[in-house]
Amino acid sequence: MTDKAAVVEVKELTKKFGDFTAVDNLTFDLKPHCTTALLGSNGAGKTTTISMLLGLLLPTTGSIHIFGEDLLRHRFKILPRVNMSSPYIDLPQRLTVRENLKVYAKLYEVKDAKSRIEQLTEDLELKELLNKQLRKLSAGQKTRVSLAKALINEPELLLLDEPTASLDPDTATWIRDYLYRYQQRRNTAILLASHNMLEVHRMCQQVFIMTHGKIVERGTPEELITRHNKTDLEQTFLKIVRNANRQD
Amino acid sequence: MSPTRISGLMLRYIYLLRSSWPRMMEIIFWPTMQLVTWGFISKHLISEAPLYQKAPSLLITAVILWDVLFRSHINFALSFLEEIWSRNLGNLFVSPLRPYELIASITLISILRTLIGVIPACLIALPLFNFNILGLGAPLILYFLALVIFGWCTGILIVAMLVRHGIAAESLAWLTIFLLAPIMAIYYPVDVLPPILQNIAYSLPPAHIFEGMRALFLEKTFHAQNLINAFALDLLYYALACLAFHVSYTSARKQGLLLNTSE
Repeated sequence: MTDKAAVVEVKELTKKFGDFTAVDNLTFDLKPHCTTALLGSNGAGKTTTISMLLGLLLPTTGSIHIFGEDLLRHRFKILPRVNMSSPYIDLPQRLTVRENLKVYAKLYEVKDAKSRIEQLTEDLELKELLNKQLRKLSAGQKTRVSLAKALINEPELLLLDEPTASLDPDTATWIRDYLYRYQQRRNTAILLASHNMLEVHRMCQQVFIMTHGKIVERGTPEELITRHNKTDLEQTFLKIVRNANRQD
Repeated sequence: MSPTRISGLMLRYIYLLRSSWPRMMEIIFWPTMQLVTWGFISKHLISEAPLYQKAPSLLITAVILWDVLFRSHINFALSFLEEIWSRNLGNLFVSPLRPYELIASITLISILRTLIGVIPACLIALPLFNFNILGLGAPLILYFLALVIFGWCTGILIVAMLVRHGIAAESLAWLTIFLLAPIMAIYYPVDVLPPILQNIAYSLPPAHIFEGMRALFLEKTFHAQNLINAFALDLLYYALACLAFHVSYTSARKQGLLLNTSE
Protein backbone atom coordinates (compact mmCIF):
# COMPACT_ATOMS: atom_id res chain seq x y z
CA MET A 1 0.00 0.00 0.00
CA THR A 2 1.37 3.43 -0.84
CA ASP A 3 1.71 6.00 1.86
CA LYS A 4 -1.23 8.29 1.13
CA ALA A 5 -3.15 10.56 3.53
CA ALA A 6 -5.92 8.59 5.18
CA VAL A 7 -9.50 9.13 4.07
CA VAL A 8 -10.75 7.92 7.44
CA GLU A 9 -8.88 8.22 10.73
CA VAL A 10 -10.42 6.50 13.72
CA LYS A 11 -8.79 7.01 17.12
CA GLU A 12 -9.69 5.15 20.31
CA LEU A 13 -13.29 4.74 19.25
CA THR A 14 -15.53 3.24 21.93
CA LYS A 15 -19.26 2.65 22.11
CA LYS A 16 -21.00 1.52 25.26
CA PHE A 17 -24.66 0.69 25.68
CA GLY A 18 -25.09 0.84 29.44
CA ASP A 19 -22.65 -1.73 30.86
CA PHE A 20 -22.11 -3.44 27.52
CA THR A 21 -19.13 -2.36 25.41
CA ALA A 22 -19.97 -2.94 21.77
CA VAL A 23 -16.85 -1.31 20.35
CA ASP A 24 -13.72 -1.07 22.45
CA ASN A 25 -10.96 1.44 21.76
CA LEU A 26 -10.69 0.99 17.99
CA THR A 27 -7.92 2.77 16.13
CA PHE A 28 -7.48 2.39 12.39
CA ASP A 29 -7.10 4.28 9.09
CA LEU A 30 -8.71 3.80 5.71
CA LYS A 31 -6.61 4.94 2.80
CA PRO A 32 -7.77 5.99 -0.69
CA HIS A 33 -7.60 3.39 -3.44
CA CYS A 34 -7.76 0.67 -0.79
CA THR A 35 -10.48 -1.86 0.02
CA THR A 36 -10.56 -2.81 3.68
CA ALA A 37 -12.55 -5.68 5.11
CA LEU A 38 -14.06 -5.61 8.55
CA LEU A 39 -14.48 -9.23 9.59
CA GLY A 40 -15.95 -10.70 12.71
CA SER A 41 -18.54 -13.08 14.06
CA ASN A 42 -22.09 -11.89 14.61
CA GLY A 43 -22.06 -9.42 17.48
CA ALA A 44 -18.37 -8.57 17.08
CA GLY A 45 -19.12 -4.88 16.57
CA LYS A 46 -18.91 -4.49 12.78
CA THR A 47 -22.34 -2.90 12.26
CA THR A 48 -21.83 -0.66 15.30
CA THR A 49 -18.51 0.51 13.86
CA ILE A 50 -20.00 1.16 10.42
CA SER A 51 -22.95 3.00 11.99
CA MET A 52 -20.55 5.31 13.80
CA LEU A 53 -18.60 5.95 10.58
CA LEU A 54 -21.87 6.98 8.92
CA GLY A 55 -22.85 9.30 11.78
CA LEU A 56 -25.94 7.23 12.60
CA LEU A 57 -24.60 6.33 16.01
CA LEU A 58 -22.80 8.65 18.40
CA PRO A 59 -19.62 7.22 19.93
CA THR A 60 -19.17 7.15 23.69
CA THR A 61 -15.55 8.26 23.38
CA GLY A 62 -12.95 8.59 20.65
CA SER A 63 -12.80 10.46 17.37
CA ILE A 64 -13.56 9.91 13.71
CA HIS A 65 -12.09 12.14 11.03
CA ILE A 66 -13.17 11.73 7.43
CA PHE A 67 -11.48 13.76 4.68
CA GLY A 68 -9.70 15.57 7.50
CA GLU A 69 -12.98 16.76 9.09
CA ASP A 70 -14.36 15.79 12.49
CA LEU A 71 -17.42 13.64 11.77
CA LEU A 72 -19.21 14.66 14.96
CA ARG A 73 -18.98 18.38 14.16
CA HIS A 74 -19.04 18.42 10.35
CA ARG A 75 -21.17 15.43 9.44
CA PHE A 76 -23.16 17.20 6.72
CA LYS A 77 -19.99 18.49 5.10
CA ILE A 78 -18.70 14.91 4.84
CA LEU A 79 -21.85 12.98 3.86
CA PRO A 80 -22.09 14.31 0.25
CA ARG A 81 -18.79 12.45 -0.41
CA VAL A 82 -19.82 9.19 1.27
CA ASN A 83 -22.37 6.53 0.46
CA MET A 84 -23.33 3.04 1.54
CA SER A 85 -25.22 -0.09 0.63
CA SER A 86 -26.65 -2.70 2.96
CA PRO A 87 -29.05 -5.62 2.51
CA TYR A 88 -30.74 -4.55 5.76
CA ILE A 89 -31.83 -1.20 4.33
CA ASP A 90 -34.14 -1.15 1.32
CA LEU A 91 -34.95 1.44 -1.27
CA PRO A 92 -38.66 2.30 -1.64
CA GLN A 93 -40.06 -0.79 -3.34
CA ARG A 94 -43.03 0.92 -4.99
CA LEU A 95 -40.84 3.38 -6.83
CA THR A 96 -39.27 2.42 -10.13
CA VAL A 97 -35.51 2.16 -10.57
CA ARG A 98 -35.46 5.49 -12.40
CA GLU A 99 -37.57 7.21 -9.72
CA ASN A 100 -35.36 5.93 -6.92
CA LEU A 101 -32.20 7.13 -8.64
CA LYS A 102 -33.76 10.53 -9.37
CA VAL A 103 -34.75 10.97 -5.73
CA TYR A 104 -31.29 10.10 -4.47
CA ALA A 105 -29.58 12.20 -7.13
CA LYS A 106 -31.50 15.15 -5.67
CA LEU A 107 -30.76 14.20 -2.07
CA TYR A 108 -27.05 14.17 -2.91
CA GLU A 109 -27.41 17.28 -5.13
CA VAL A 110 -25.73 15.47 -8.00
CA LYS A 111 -24.85 17.85 -10.82
CA ASP A 112 -26.21 16.75 -14.19
CA ALA A 113 -28.22 13.98 -12.56
CA LYS A 114 -29.69 12.79 -15.87
CA SER A 115 -26.24 12.00 -17.32
CA ARG A 116 -25.11 10.41 -14.09
CA ILE A 117 -28.13 8.12 -14.00
CA GLU A 118 -27.60 7.23 -17.66
CA GLN A 119 -23.96 6.40 -16.97
CA LEU A 120 -24.79 4.24 -13.96
CA THR A 121 -27.58 2.54 -15.86
CA GLU A 122 -25.11 1.69 -18.62
CA ASP A 123 -22.37 0.52 -16.24
CA LEU A 124 -24.63 -1.62 -14.06
CA GLU A 125 -26.78 -2.94 -16.94
CA LEU A 126 -30.00 -1.45 -15.56
CA LYS A 127 -31.42 -0.03 -18.81
CA GLU A 128 -34.17 -2.60 -19.16
CA LEU A 129 -35.13 -2.26 -15.52
CA LEU A 130 -35.44 1.53 -15.34
CA ASN A 131 -39.23 1.64 -15.48
CA LYS A 132 -39.82 -1.39 -13.28
CA GLN A 133 -40.83 -1.07 -9.65
CA LEU A 134 -38.15 -2.33 -7.28
CA ARG A 135 -40.49 -4.89 -5.71
CA LYS A 136 -40.71 -6.67 -9.06
CA LEU A 137 -36.96 -7.22 -9.37
CA SER A 138 -34.91 -10.26 -8.39
CA ALA A 139 -32.41 -10.17 -5.50
CA GLY A 140 -29.50 -9.74 -7.89
CA GLN A 141 -31.22 -6.92 -9.76
CA LYS A 142 -32.09 -5.18 -6.47
CA THR A 143 -28.45 -5.41 -5.41
CA ARG A 144 -27.36 -3.69 -8.63
CA VAL A 145 -29.91 -0.93 -8.05
CA SER A 146 -28.74 -0.54 -4.46
CA LEU A 147 -25.19 -0.25 -5.75
CA ALA A 148 -26.29 2.35 -8.29
CA LYS A 149 -27.80 4.38 -5.46
CA ALA A 150 -24.58 3.94 -3.45
CA LEU A 151 -22.57 5.30 -6.38
CA ILE A 152 -24.95 8.08 -7.46
CA ASN A 153 -22.77 10.79 -5.90
CA GLU A 154 -19.44 9.19 -6.99
CA PRO A 155 -18.43 8.75 -3.33
CA GLU A 156 -14.85 8.93 -2.21
CA LEU A 157 -15.71 6.69 0.73
CA LEU A 158 -17.97 3.71 0.14
CA LEU A 159 -19.26 1.49 2.94
CA LEU A 160 -20.62 -1.86 1.84
CA ASP A 161 -22.32 -4.26 4.18
CA GLU A 162 -22.50 -7.73 2.65
CA PRO A 163 -22.51 -6.45 -0.95
CA THR A 164 -22.91 -9.88 -2.52
CA ALA A 165 -25.05 -11.61 0.10
CA SER A 166 -27.63 -13.99 -1.41
CA LEU A 167 -26.30 -13.47 -4.93
CA ASP A 168 -25.42 -16.23 -7.35
CA PRO A 169 -21.68 -16.62 -8.05
CA ASP A 170 -21.95 -15.10 -11.52
CA THR A 171 -23.66 -11.91 -10.29
CA ALA A 172 -21.37 -11.73 -7.26
CA THR A 173 -18.26 -11.86 -9.46
CA TRP A 174 -19.76 -9.25 -11.74
CA ILE A 175 -20.37 -6.90 -8.77
CA ARG A 176 -16.84 -7.40 -7.42
CA ASP A 177 -15.27 -6.69 -10.82
CA TYR A 178 -17.39 -3.56 -11.17
CA LEU A 179 -16.35 -2.29 -7.74
CA TYR A 180 -12.72 -2.92 -8.57
CA ARG A 181 -12.97 -0.90 -11.81
CA TYR A 182 -14.83 1.89 -9.98
CA GLN A 183 -12.16 2.08 -7.33
CA GLN A 184 -9.38 2.20 -9.91
CA ARG A 185 -11.14 5.06 -11.65
CA ARG A 186 -12.12 7.11 -8.58
CA ASN A 187 -9.42 6.34 -6.00
CA THR A 188 -12.22 5.51 -3.58
CA ALA A 189 -11.66 4.01 -0.13
CA ILE A 190 -14.00 1.06 0.37
CA LEU A 191 -14.89 -0.49 3.70
CA LEU A 192 -16.48 -3.88 3.34
CA ALA A 193 -18.23 -5.95 5.99
CA SER A 194 -18.60 -9.49 4.79
CA HIS A 195 -18.75 -13.12 5.89
CA ASN A 196 -17.51 -14.27 2.50
CA MET A 197 -13.80 -14.95 3.00
CA LEU A 198 -13.13 -15.70 -0.66
CA GLU A 199 -14.62 -12.36 -1.59
CA VAL A 200 -12.53 -10.62 1.06
CA HIS A 201 -9.36 -12.31 -0.17
CA ARG A 202 -10.06 -11.31 -3.76
CA MET A 203 -11.10 -7.72 -3.11
CA CYS A 204 -9.25 -6.45 -0.07
CA GLN A 205 -5.80 -5.03 0.50
CA GLN A 206 -6.38 -4.69 4.24
CA VAL A 207 -8.29 -6.82 6.70
CA PHE A 208 -9.35 -6.04 10.27
CA ILE A 209 -10.65 -8.93 12.33
CA MET A 210 -12.93 -7.97 15.22
CA THR A 211 -14.04 -9.93 18.23
CA HIS A 212 -15.90 -8.56 21.24
CA GLY A 213 -15.62 -5.02 19.94
CA LYS A 214 -11.86 -5.03 19.46
CA ILE A 215 -9.62 -5.37 16.41
CA VAL A 216 -7.57 -8.44 17.31
CA GLU A 217 -5.72 -8.82 14.02
CA ARG A 218 -4.93 -6.66 11.04
CA GLY A 219 -2.93 -7.00 7.83
CA THR A 220 -3.23 -8.01 4.19
CA PRO A 221 -4.97 -11.34 3.56
CA GLU A 222 -1.64 -12.96 2.68
CA GLU A 223 0.08 -11.60 5.81
CA LEU A 224 -2.67 -12.97 8.03
CA ILE A 225 -2.64 -16.39 6.36
CA THR A 226 1.17 -16.66 6.65
CA ARG A 227 1.25 -15.34 10.20
CA HIS A 228 -1.17 -17.99 11.37
CA ASN A 229 0.21 -20.85 9.26
CA LYS A 230 -3.03 -21.47 7.43
CA THR A 231 -3.87 -22.06 3.77
CA ASP A 232 -6.82 -19.73 3.36
CA LEU A 233 -8.45 -16.73 5.00
CA GLU A 234 -11.43 -18.69 6.34
CA GLN A 235 -9.20 -21.04 8.35
CA THR A 236 -7.17 -18.03 9.53
CA PHE A 237 -10.34 -16.21 10.61
CA LEU A 238 -11.68 -19.24 12.50
CA LYS A 239 -8.36 -19.71 14.33
CA ILE A 240 -8.17 -16.06 15.36
CA VAL A 241 -11.79 -15.85 16.50
CA ARG A 242 -11.71 -19.14 18.40
CA ASN A 243 -8.45 -18.17 20.13
CA ALA A 244 -9.94 -14.84 21.12
CA ASN A 245 -13.06 -16.55 22.51
CA ARG A 246 -10.93 -18.97 24.54
CA GLN A 247 -8.89 -16.14 26.06
CA ASP A 248 -12.11 -14.43 27.14
CA MET B 1 -31.36 24.55 3.75
CA SER B 2 -31.34 22.95 0.31
CA PRO B 3 -34.45 23.26 -1.88
CA THR B 4 -32.98 20.48 -4.07
CA ARG B 5 -32.80 18.01 -1.20
CA ILE B 6 -36.27 19.01 0.06
CA SER B 7 -37.76 18.66 -3.40
CA GLY B 8 -35.91 15.34 -3.82
CA LEU B 9 -37.66 13.88 -0.80
CA MET B 10 -40.99 15.37 -1.88
CA LEU B 11 -40.50 13.66 -5.25
CA ARG B 12 -40.19 10.34 -3.43
CA TYR B 13 -43.66 10.78 -1.86
CA ILE B 14 -45.23 12.05 -5.08
CA TYR B 15 -43.90 9.03 -7.01
CA LEU B 16 -45.33 6.77 -4.30
CA LEU B 17 -48.78 8.37 -4.50
CA ARG B 18 -48.68 8.18 -8.27
CA SER B 19 -47.84 4.49 -8.22
CA SER B 20 -50.40 3.41 -5.62
CA TRP B 21 -54.08 3.95 -6.38
CA PRO B 22 -55.17 2.57 -2.97
CA ARG B 23 -53.17 5.30 -1.26
CA MET B 24 -54.67 7.95 -3.54
CA MET B 25 -58.16 6.52 -3.02
CA GLU B 26 -57.71 6.53 0.74
CA ILE B 27 -56.73 10.21 0.75
CA ILE B 28 -59.89 11.17 -1.15
CA PHE B 29 -62.27 8.57 0.30
CA TRP B 30 -62.34 9.39 4.00
CA PRO B 31 -62.92 13.18 3.79
CA THR B 32 -65.64 12.58 1.19
CA MET B 33 -67.35 9.87 3.25
CA GLN B 34 -67.20 12.03 6.37
CA LEU B 35 -68.71 14.93 4.51
CA VAL B 36 -71.49 12.89 2.94
CA THR B 37 -72.40 11.24 6.26
CA TRP B 38 -72.43 14.45 8.22
CA GLY B 39 -74.10 16.28 5.38
CA PHE B 40 -77.09 13.96 5.68
CA ILE B 41 -77.06 14.22 9.47
CA SER B 42 -77.04 17.96 9.10
CA LYS B 43 -79.95 17.84 6.66
CA HIS B 44 -81.94 15.84 9.18
CA LEU B 45 -81.05 18.16 12.07
CA ILE B 46 -82.04 21.23 10.08
CA SER B 47 -85.60 19.96 9.99
CA GLU B 48 -85.56 19.09 13.71
CA ALA B 49 -83.45 21.64 15.57
CA PRO B 50 -83.91 25.45 15.54
CA LEU B 51 -80.19 26.00 16.07
CA TYR B 52 -79.28 24.27 12.85
CA GLN B 53 -82.05 26.03 10.94
CA LYS B 54 -80.31 29.25 11.93
CA ALA B 55 -76.98 27.96 10.66
CA PRO B 56 -77.58 25.09 8.27
CA SER B 57 -73.98 24.90 7.16
CA LEU B 58 -72.53 24.77 10.67
CA LEU B 59 -72.10 21.01 10.92
CA ILE B 60 -70.70 20.53 7.43
CA THR B 61 -68.19 23.34 7.98
CA ALA B 62 -67.13 21.75 11.27
CA VAL B 63 -66.68 18.41 9.49
CA ILE B 64 -64.54 19.96 6.78
CA LEU B 65 -62.37 21.91 9.20
CA TRP B 66 -61.94 18.86 11.44
CA ASP B 67 -60.91 16.88 8.40
CA VAL B 68 -58.34 19.53 7.47
CA LEU B 69 -56.83 19.17 10.93
CA PHE B 70 -56.98 15.39 10.93
CA ARG B 71 -55.52 15.10 7.42
CA SER B 72 -52.75 17.56 8.21
CA HIS B 73 -51.78 15.44 11.24
CA ILE B 74 -52.12 11.98 9.76
CA ASN B 75 -50.51 12.84 6.42
CA PHE B 76 -47.50 14.11 8.31
CA ALA B 77 -47.21 10.89 10.29
CA LEU B 78 -47.97 8.68 7.27
CA SER B 79 -45.15 10.11 5.18
CA PHE B 80 -42.65 9.20 7.88
CA LEU B 81 -44.30 5.83 8.43
CA GLU B 82 -43.86 5.09 4.71
CA GLU B 83 -40.10 5.31 5.29
CA ILE B 84 -40.27 2.90 8.22
CA TRP B 85 -42.53 0.46 6.36
CA SER B 86 -40.26 0.52 3.31
CA ARG B 87 -37.09 0.21 5.48
CA ASN B 88 -35.69 3.23 3.68
CA LEU B 89 -35.01 5.38 6.75
CA GLY B 90 -31.35 4.36 6.96
CA ASN B 91 -30.75 5.55 3.39
CA LEU B 92 -32.24 8.94 4.24
CA PHE B 93 -30.26 9.39 7.45
CA VAL B 94 -26.91 8.62 5.78
CA SER B 95 -27.63 11.07 2.97
CA PRO B 96 -26.85 14.81 3.28
CA LEU B 97 -30.54 15.44 4.07
CA ARG B 98 -30.71 17.43 7.32
CA PRO B 99 -33.35 16.52 9.92
CA TYR B 100 -35.04 19.92 9.48
CA GLU B 101 -35.13 19.35 5.70
CA LEU B 102 -36.86 16.01 6.35
CA ILE B 103 -39.47 17.88 8.43
CA ALA B 104 -39.80 20.59 5.75
CA SER B 105 -40.37 17.96 3.00
CA ILE B 106 -42.95 16.10 5.04
CA THR B 107 -44.68 19.41 5.90
CA LEU B 108 -45.02 20.37 2.23
CA ILE B 109 -46.24 16.91 1.25
CA SER B 110 -48.74 17.02 4.12
CA ILE B 111 -50.23 20.21 2.61
CA LEU B 112 -50.45 18.57 -0.80
CA ARG B 113 -52.12 15.44 0.57
CA THR B 114 -54.53 17.50 2.67
CA LEU B 115 -55.60 19.52 -0.37
CA ILE B 116 -56.02 16.34 -2.45
CA GLY B 117 -58.28 14.97 0.28
CA VAL B 118 -60.33 18.02 1.19
CA ILE B 119 -60.95 19.70 -2.17
CA PRO B 120 -62.99 16.83 -3.70
CA ALA B 121 -65.07 16.68 -0.51
CA CYS B 122 -65.78 20.42 -0.76
CA LEU B 123 -66.70 20.05 -4.44
CA ILE B 124 -69.13 17.24 -3.67
CA ALA B 125 -70.76 19.32 -0.94
CA LEU B 126 -71.79 21.95 -3.48
CA PRO B 127 -74.30 19.94 -5.55
CA LEU B 128 -75.23 17.49 -2.79
CA PHE B 129 -75.94 19.89 0.07
CA ASN B 130 -75.89 23.27 -1.65
CA PHE B 131 -72.92 24.13 0.54
CA ASN B 132 -70.08 26.39 -0.56
CA ILE B 133 -67.10 26.40 1.83
CA LEU B 134 -65.91 29.65 0.27
CA GLY B 135 -68.98 31.30 1.78
CA LEU B 136 -66.95 31.58 4.99
CA GLY B 137 -64.98 34.30 3.29
CA ALA B 138 -61.49 35.45 4.17
CA PRO B 139 -61.49 33.94 7.68
CA LEU B 140 -61.62 30.48 6.06
CA ILE B 141 -58.01 30.72 4.87
CA LEU B 142 -56.85 31.71 8.35
CA TYR B 143 -58.88 28.98 10.06
CA PHE B 144 -57.48 26.49 7.57
CA LEU B 145 -53.91 27.65 8.21
CA ALA B 146 -54.20 27.60 12.00
CA LEU B 147 -55.61 24.06 11.95
CA VAL B 148 -53.00 22.83 9.45
CA ILE B 149 -50.20 24.20 11.63
CA PHE B 150 -51.59 22.42 14.69
CA GLY B 151 -51.77 19.24 12.61
CA TRP B 152 -48.08 19.70 11.85
CA CYS B 153 -47.36 20.12 15.58
CA THR B 154 -49.02 16.83 16.49
CA GLY B 155 -47.48 15.24 13.37
CA ILE B 156 -43.95 16.30 14.35
CA LEU B 157 -44.59 14.90 17.83
CA ILE B 158 -45.58 11.57 16.30
CA VAL B 159 -42.47 11.56 14.09
CA ALA B 160 -40.39 12.22 17.23
CA MET B 161 -42.03 9.19 18.90
CA LEU B 162 -41.44 7.04 15.80
CA VAL B 163 -37.76 8.02 15.62
CA ARG B 164 -37.31 7.16 19.29
CA HIS B 165 -39.55 4.09 19.58
CA GLY B 166 -39.80 2.81 16.02
CA ILE B 167 -42.82 1.05 14.58
CA ALA B 168 -44.06 0.29 18.12
CA ALA B 169 -45.28 3.91 18.21
CA GLU B 170 -47.31 3.54 15.01
CA SER B 171 -50.65 3.35 16.79
CA LEU B 172 -49.97 6.75 18.38
CA ALA B 173 -50.13 8.25 14.90
CA TRP B 174 -53.81 7.30 14.77
CA LEU B 175 -54.76 7.66 18.43
CA THR B 176 -53.31 11.06 19.33
CA ILE B 177 -55.57 13.34 17.35
CA PHE B 178 -58.70 11.33 18.24
CA LEU B 179 -57.71 11.52 21.91
CA LEU B 180 -57.75 15.31 21.66
CA ALA B 181 -60.88 15.51 19.47
CA PRO B 182 -63.52 15.51 22.25
CA ILE B 183 -61.92 18.55 23.91
CA MET B 184 -61.35 20.46 20.69
CA ALA B 185 -65.08 21.36 20.68
CA ILE B 186 -65.49 20.52 17.01
CA TYR B 187 -69.26 19.92 16.92
CA TYR B 188 -70.33 21.65 20.14
CA PRO B 189 -69.38 24.77 22.09
CA VAL B 190 -66.61 24.62 24.68
CA ASP B 191 -69.07 25.38 27.48
CA VAL B 192 -70.66 21.95 26.92
CA LEU B 193 -67.53 20.47 28.51
CA PRO B 194 -66.98 20.22 32.31
CA PRO B 195 -65.09 23.28 33.65
CA ILE B 196 -61.77 21.48 34.05
CA LEU B 197 -61.89 20.29 30.44
CA GLN B 198 -62.86 23.77 29.27
CA ASN B 199 -59.49 25.04 30.51
CA ILE B 200 -57.70 22.26 28.69
CA ALA B 201 -59.76 22.94 25.54
CA TYR B 202 -58.72 26.58 25.52
CA SER B 203 -55.07 25.51 25.68
CA LEU B 204 -55.53 23.94 22.23
CA PRO B 205 -55.67 26.05 19.04
CA PRO B 206 -58.55 24.09 17.41
CA ALA B 207 -61.01 24.98 20.21
CA HIS B 208 -60.46 28.67 19.45
CA ILE B 209 -60.94 28.03 15.73
CA PHE B 210 -64.18 26.10 16.14
CA GLU B 211 -65.55 28.67 18.59
CA GLY B 212 -64.68 31.37 16.07
CA MET B 213 -66.40 29.39 13.32
CA ARG B 214 -69.58 29.05 15.41
CA ALA B 215 -69.58 32.78 16.20
CA LEU B 216 -69.28 33.52 12.48
CA PHE B 217 -72.29 31.35 11.66
CA LEU B 218 -74.56 32.04 14.63
CA GLU B 219 -73.74 35.65 15.54
CA LYS B 220 -72.51 36.68 12.06
CA THR B 221 -69.48 38.09 13.89
CA PHE B 222 -65.80 37.51 13.22
CA HIS B 223 -63.81 37.42 16.48
CA ALA B 224 -60.18 38.12 15.62
CA GLN B 225 -59.11 37.22 19.16
CA ASN B 226 -59.93 33.56 18.48
CA LEU B 227 -57.50 33.53 15.57
CA ILE B 228 -54.82 35.41 17.51
CA ASN B 229 -55.09 32.90 20.36
CA ALA B 230 -54.97 29.97 17.94
CA PHE B 231 -51.88 31.21 16.10
CA ALA B 232 -50.09 32.10 19.34
CA LEU B 233 -50.70 28.61 20.68
CA ASP B 234 -49.67 27.12 17.33
CA LEU B 235 -46.34 28.93 17.58
CA LEU B 236 -45.76 27.63 21.08
CA TYR B 237 -46.69 24.05 20.22
CA TYR B 238 -44.62 24.14 17.03
CA ALA B 239 -41.53 25.18 19.02
CA LEU B 240 -42.21 22.44 21.59
CA ALA B 241 -42.75 19.82 18.88
CA CYS B 242 -39.48 20.74 17.13
CA LEU B 243 -37.69 20.54 20.49
CA ALA B 244 -39.22 17.10 21.10
CA PHE B 245 -38.03 15.98 17.65
CA HIS B 246 -34.51 17.24 18.32
CA VAL B 247 -34.36 15.43 21.68
CA SER B 248 -35.72 12.20 20.13
CA TYR B 249 -33.36 12.34 17.18
CA THR B 250 -30.31 12.90 19.40
CA SER B 251 -31.40 10.11 21.74
CA ALA B 252 -31.94 7.77 18.78
CA ARG B 253 -28.42 8.54 17.52
CA LYS B 254 -26.95 7.83 20.96
CA GLN B 255 -28.76 4.51 21.21
CA GLY B 256 -28.35 3.37 17.62
CA LEU B 257 -32.06 3.39 16.86
CA LEU B 258 -31.93 5.10 13.46
CA LEU B 259 -31.05 1.86 11.70
CA ASN B 260 -33.44 -0.26 13.69
CA THR B 261 -36.97 1.11 13.68
CA SER B 262 -38.69 -2.24 13.96
CA GLU B 263 -40.46 -3.28 17.18
